[in-house]
This record gives sequence, C-alpha cells and structure tokens, in this order.
Amino acid sequence: MSTHAEAAIVGLTHGGSEDTGLGQRGPASKSIVVPYGFWLFVLSDMVLFSALFATYASLVHATDGGPITNQVFHRDLVAVETIALLVSSFVCGLAMITAKRANMFWTQVWLLVTALLGLVFLYIEISEFAGMIAIGAAPQRSAFLSAFFTLVGCHGLHVTCGLLWIGTMMAQIWAKGFQPHIVRRLLCLSVFWHALDIIWVAIFTIVYLIGTLP
Amino acid sequence: MFGRLTWDAIPFNQPIPLITSLVVIAVLGAVAIWITVNKWWPYLWNEYITSTDHKRIGIMYIVLALVMLVRGFADAIMMRAQQSLAIGQSQGYLPPEHYNQIFSAHGTIMIFFVAMPFVIGFMNFVVPLQLGVRDVAFPTMNNVSFWLTASGVLLVNMSLFLGEFARTGWLAFPPLSEKAFSPGVGVDYYLVALQISGVGTLLTGVNFVTTILKTRAPGMSYMRMPVFCWTALASNLLIIAAFPVLTVTLALLMLDRYLGFHFFTNDGGGNSMLYMNLIWVWGHPEVYILVLPAFGIYSEVVSTFSGKPLFGYRSMVFATLAICILAFTVWLHHFFTMGAGADVNAFFGIASMLIGIPTGVKIYNWLFTMYGGRVRFNVPMYYAIGFMLTFVIGGLTGVLLAIPPVDFIVHNSLFLVAHFHQVIIGGVVFAVMAGYTYWFPKAFGFTLDERLGKAVFWCWFIGFHLAFMPLYVLGFWGATRRMQHIPDPTWAPLLNIALVGAAIIGLGIALTVVQLIYSINTRDQRRDVTGDPWDGRTLEWLTLSPPPHYNFAVLPDVHGEEAYWTRKQTAIKLDKLIDEPNYQPIEMPLNTPVGVICAFFASVCGFAIIWYIWWLAILGLIGAFAIFVWYAWRDEHEHIIPLEEVRENARERRRIRMEHLHELSQST
Repeated sequence: MSTHAEAAIVGLTHGGSEDTGLGQRGPASKSIVVPYGFWLFVLSDMVLFSALFATYASLVHATDGGPITNQVFHRDLVAVETIALLVSSFVCGLAMITAKRANMFWTQVWLLVTALLGLVFLYIEISEFAGMIAIGAAPQRSAFLSAFFTLVGCHGLHVTCGLLWIGTMMAQIWAKGFQPHIVRRLLCLSVFWHALDIIWVAIFTIVYLIGTLP
Repeated sequence: MFGRLTWDAIPFNQPIPLITSLVVIAVLGAVAIWITVNKWWPYLWNEYITSTDHKRIGIMYIVLALVMLVRGFADAIMMRAQQSLAIGQSQGYLPPEHYNQIFSAHGTIMIFFVAMPFVIGFMNFVVPLQLGVRDVAFPTMNNVSFWLTASGVLLVNMSLFLGEFARTGWLAFPPLSEKAFSPGVGVDYYLVALQISGVGTLLTGVNFVTTILKTRAPGMSYMRMPVFCWTALASNLLIIAAFPVLTVTLALLMLDRYLGFHFFTNDGGGNSMLYMNLIWVWGHPEVYILVLPAFGIYSEVVSTFSGKPLFGYRSMVFATLAICILAFTVWLHHFFTMGAGADVNAFFGIASMLIGIPTGVKIYNWLFTMYGGRVRFNVPMYYAIGFMLTFVIGGLTGVLLAIPPVDFIVHNSLFLVAHFHQVIIGGVVFAVMAGYTYWFPKAFGFTLDERLGKAVFWCWFIGFHLAFMPLYVLGFWGATRRMQHIPDPTWAPLLNIALVGAAIIGLGIALTVVQLIYSINTRDQRRDVTGDPWDGRTLEWLTLSPPPHYNFAVLPDVHGEEAYWTRKQTAIKLDKLIDEPNYQPIEMPLNTPVGVICAFFASVCGFAIIWYIWWLAILGLIGAFAIFVWYAWRDEHEHIIPLEEVRENARERRRIRMEHLHELSQST
C-alpha cells in the first residue's frame, strides 16, 4: 500500500480540526486555514486602499488651477460601470454555487460571464481615463488628478489581476476538476472579487458621488 | 536597449566603493567556489534554499541579518571616522555625496535588512515550536517571503557597484527624493528594493497571524501561549496593518519620479507633508514590529533563567496588545515641527507618553520575575539585564522627546540619534543577541561558548554607551544629525569617544564570528543531548535539538500555562513519561524552488525598473506570473513520513528524555 493511501486511511490527507472557535482543539483544517489567511490578505489590501483614500481626500482640492471634480466626472458612465461590476459579483456567486455542486459546464459559463462583465468595467474605466487625458486632465496636471488616477487605477489594476486569476482558474478547473484545493482557491478568488466590489462602492461614493455634487 | 545603464554606472573614479565592491565580489566568488569544491550545493539546495521548513527558513533569515549587520556596521564606523576626522579645516575622507549615501544606506539596511530579518527569523524558528505544531500555516509562502527579502538585500547592495544609493536619509523624504532634486538611480534602488522586500514582509505577517490564531497544539488556548507568541502575534498584526501603507507611500513617490505625478512635489499642488504623515503611519508601528518580539525574547529568557513563571503573565499580554494599538496613535511625534498647532501636538505628545505605561508594566514584570528567583547568569540573561538598564534610559529620553516644546529644541539633533539607537540597540539588538545564544542549541544541537559570549556582551554594552552617550550631550550643544563636516572643534573629544565606542562594538561583532567558529570547532564538548539545555519552560524544549523536520511526533496535549514545565515536573515527580501515544504517519509539505525563482524574477524586474530597461521589466513580470501558474499546477502537495520512521525517532527521543528526567528525579 502506498504511503499516500495509508495517510488517507488514517484521515490525514486533509486532516485537522473543523473547529471554528478559539483553536484550542488543535490546528484547524486547511479548509479553514486557507480562507482565513486569504481574508487577512484582503484586510491588508483594504488598508492599502484606505491609505489611497486618505491621499485622495487630502489632495482632492489641490487642483493647481486645473480641472475640478465636477468638470471631469460623469455619473452616467460610472453608473453603468458600477452595475457591470456588481452584477459580475453576483454571477461570481453563481459560479461558486455551481462549483460546490461540481458542475463543470455552468461553473465555466458563470466564470466566463464574471470575467466578461469585469472586462466591460475595465473598458469603461480605460475609456474614461483616455477621455480625461484627451481634454488635458491627465494625472500629471495636478495633485488631485494624480490622486484620482492612482486610487481608481489601483482598483482597476486589482480587477485586471482578478481577470488573470479567473482565466487561470477556468483553465485549472478544466484540467484538474473540482479537487478540494482547487475549490479552496475558487473560494479565495470569490472573496477577492467581492472585496473589489466593496472598494468600488467606496470609490463610487467618495470619488464620484461626492465629486459630482452640484 | 539598456535604459540608463552604461559603463558610467560603475564607480571607476571612486576608490572606496570600487574597492569595497571588488572585495565583496571576490568574497562571494570564493564562498561559491568553496561550496562547489566541497560539493555542498545539493545539500544547500535541498535543505535550505528550497526548504519549506520554518526552522530552516528562520536560520536563513538570521544568517542574512548577521551578514547585513556587518555591512550596516561598516557604514556606521565610516560615518564615525568621518565625523572624527572632518573637524574645522579638515574635510575628512568622504565627500558629501558619498557620506550622504552612507548614512542613508546605514539606516535602510539596519532597519529593513538587519533588524527585520533577525526578528522575523526568530519568529519563524520559535513560534511553531512554542505552539507545539509542525510548521507555519503556509510553508511555501514562507519560503517566498524569505527570498523576496533576500531580493531586496541584493538590490540594495548592488547599488554599491552599479550606480549609487539614495542620498536622502533612510526614509527618503521629498521633495529632496523627487526627480528634480535626486535625478540619479539612488532613490530608485531604495524604492524598488523596499517594495519587493515589503511584499515579503506582508506575506510573513499574513502567515504568522494565521499560524498563531488558527494552528496551535490541542489545549493551547490563548492564555496558555508563551509570551513570545503573543508578541509575535502583535507584531504581525502590526505588519498587516502598517506595511500596506508603506507600499502605498513608496508607490506614490515612484509615480512622482517615474510618471511625473504630483503627490509630493513642490509644484502642481503636491504636498510633501503628506509623505511625512504616510511614511510615519507605517514608520512608528514599525518600531513596535521590531521591539515587541524583542520583549517576547526577554520574557522567555528572564523566566527561564530565573527558574520562575513569568510574573504578571496576563498584564504582559495586555501590555503587549495595548502597545499594539497605541502604536497607531503617535506617528505625528516624528514631526512636531510641521506646525500642526498646539492641540494636535499635545494630543500626539500625550499619546506618545502613554506608551511608557504598558512598557513600564513590562519592565516591572521582568524585575519581579527575577525577584526571589534563582537567577542563572548565562549570556542571554546578561543581555536581558543590560537591556533593562539601557532601555529604561532610552525610554526616558523618548518621553523627553515626546514633549513638543523639548522636541522643537532637539529635533533632528544628535540627541534624537542617541535616543533611537538606545532603544533599538538596547532593545532589539540585545534581544536578538540573547535569542541567538538562547535558541542556538535548539537549532544546531550544541551551545555557544559562554566566555566569548560574555565578551561579546561587554563589547556591545560598553561600546554602545561610549558611542551614544556623548551624542546626547552633543545634541544639547546643537549638533544636528547627518553632518559630513563638523564646524566646531570643541565637539572633537566627544566625537572621538563615540568613535572608540563604535570600534568596541566592532570588536564585539568580530568576536561573534570568533565565537561561532570556536563553538563549531569544539561542538563535541557542548552537545545538547537532552534537547533542554537551559531547563526551559516552553514547548520548543520538549523536542530534540535540532528538532526533526516535523518537530513533534505527536502534537503535545497542553495543560496549564507553562506547557512544557508542567509536563516536565509531572514526569520528574512520577519518574515516568506519559504513556506512549499512538503514532501515525506524518504529512509534511514538499520542498519547492518557487520562492527562489520568484525572487529571481522579482530581482530582474526590480533591476530593470531602476535602470529603465522596460522590456526586461515586462519579461520579469511574465516570468513571475508563469512560475506561479506552474506552481499552482502541481499535483503532489505533501510527502508522508512513514510510521516506522516516526515511531523509531519518537522512541529514541523518549529514551533520551527518560534518562534525563530520571537523573533530575534522583537529584531532587
């Protein structure tokens, strides 16, 4: 008998306690440890964004005679963008449900739709950026624009990384099926994707809504 | 093709960096040849470079820190020599542009590549052992963290030979660090190296918080964790909360420098004080990231060598967490002179002083632990007592600096330099030296020579006080920090005393090397056969020295606050061990080259960004992504250590322990 099979019999392959309490019953299982660690990473990402929000808030009026918020933001465009991202989060949730049922076809479909909606979001963002640069509202113009492009661009960069991740996961599920460690990765991916939504809601409010008040 | 990189980057006309780099390259080459001749590469590759074992990774961190300590110290002694020589008419031997690089490199290296790897190294080595588990939560990520740190080290040291280092001080304050005033590659080296190693540190933070909160031996409730684990938890929570801010701050400065943004520039609405705020929102917690684990080391040492449980365990835990939180409420005291107004300064002044309260609680706890104990004066205990004397003075000068009116007078003076060296050397360096001596037998199976260890301690202790006490006086006399030339000849005697002090510290560092070599050569006389050379109280002393890869054959069942001490006393009283448990095969993570390959691509990408070689930067990023996907595709995750091996090793360990405890049982 191989050592792997032996370990499986004694229950070690994904051993550990399923206890979600204070961890007094020994090391938690991987299905708890992995998402827990990923949550901590997401929290650190939130801290990263909070520093960018603080920077934006302290520089939003430092326009150096250049364009101000009201002149460069368009609520309608941002509304479409927001809807695309929020719906993609919902679809990502559907992908998770079908992944739990190990349904290859629908998981792939929902992941693909998630990614396409993410692409729509990115397309709108990039065209917004391009439009602003075209009218002279480039990040080099003023501290306000530097802060705006950095905050929103950093979120866009996260979405791009998320898209790369979705693509990789689709390939991985296709090649390897719904193994426990791959489903755990999917779970982390969905946590990441939803976290980007939360950050976007803050951007939508603090940057765009407040910025387009009359 | 090669961006800004030309032959001019090599400092042919500057003998000091040129000769130093050639010597460093020669030494590295010699070491590589030595390893090759001895055919040690496979051993190094399998047992260290690709290892996912937290103990091996911890050792690599500490070796890295020791090597960088030599580099950072070389910078220090050059500065001291310059300040003793360049007085009055003389200009000394270091031109200003070189001197400025040296103090910037000294600070950067000592904090990021000496103190941090030392502290993280100890957390790596000790925390899983103390928690009674087999590894950290994410062993592969741990390896990646180490190699990203090493990548940062590589880039910083590369600046010696290719180009220059920053001349802006260790925190690269704008507007001086902006492109307009620092057009060279120096600041870029600084920024890129810290970004890469910062990612490594953040991953360490995630890893250790998860490890401490989610993977502990059965029965190890929070209030049974050794204090070192508590301080490691606090330190890593601070890493998670503070390092992203550093990443942002450095990224914004990079955007200013590379793409012409206006965050901290003088024009375009930029605000350089925003940088001060952001960098110190990271920078002050960073102080506690370093010193909290140091407090943890002292707690272990004082309790062990006093033969008593730590006095006030609970108050120690609360003091640690209080410092963890207060760490984020004091950053503005680094720039009281910004002009934020009396109210703001008063708030931050009082908040800074408040930190003295939990720290004072800790000092009293250590003193009361010693009180009534049977104190054994081994080397770690020397450091602990030396720390208490030194750190209290450093803390008091800190309270002085926390008073805004006083700060306005001594701001940016040598008084400040003396203060922070006193808390960092007296607090962190003494702790890592204590920890190095304390855990060395656990790592390698033999103790370090005591006499030489004590000599090293006295060098550090006397050398430190000679080197920095004069700086307090000079600070009061008006000497500012970072001076390449000393205008006032009456400062010469005190500066010379400081130089002597630095030389004595240098002797201490040299003796550390001597101690290591001597101890290795005479290791057979000092074998730690029992696994418990100091009569320890925490779980790392339960297993053998060095521990097997999997640490514990069976995860220990923890009863009571002092997990190992309770077990040991019961065994001595009954003159028998607990019944042999039911051994099972053990599943351990596989080695992986992903860390070192990933760091290779990170270094390539970083180097390319510094020198504007954009195609290479893109290649580096693609390489890093590819290695992750390749790693994600693996099918084998763990290997199994067969039952027979586990059982055999465990029985051998039980036999040794039984003999040892039987002896103790007879003697009491």
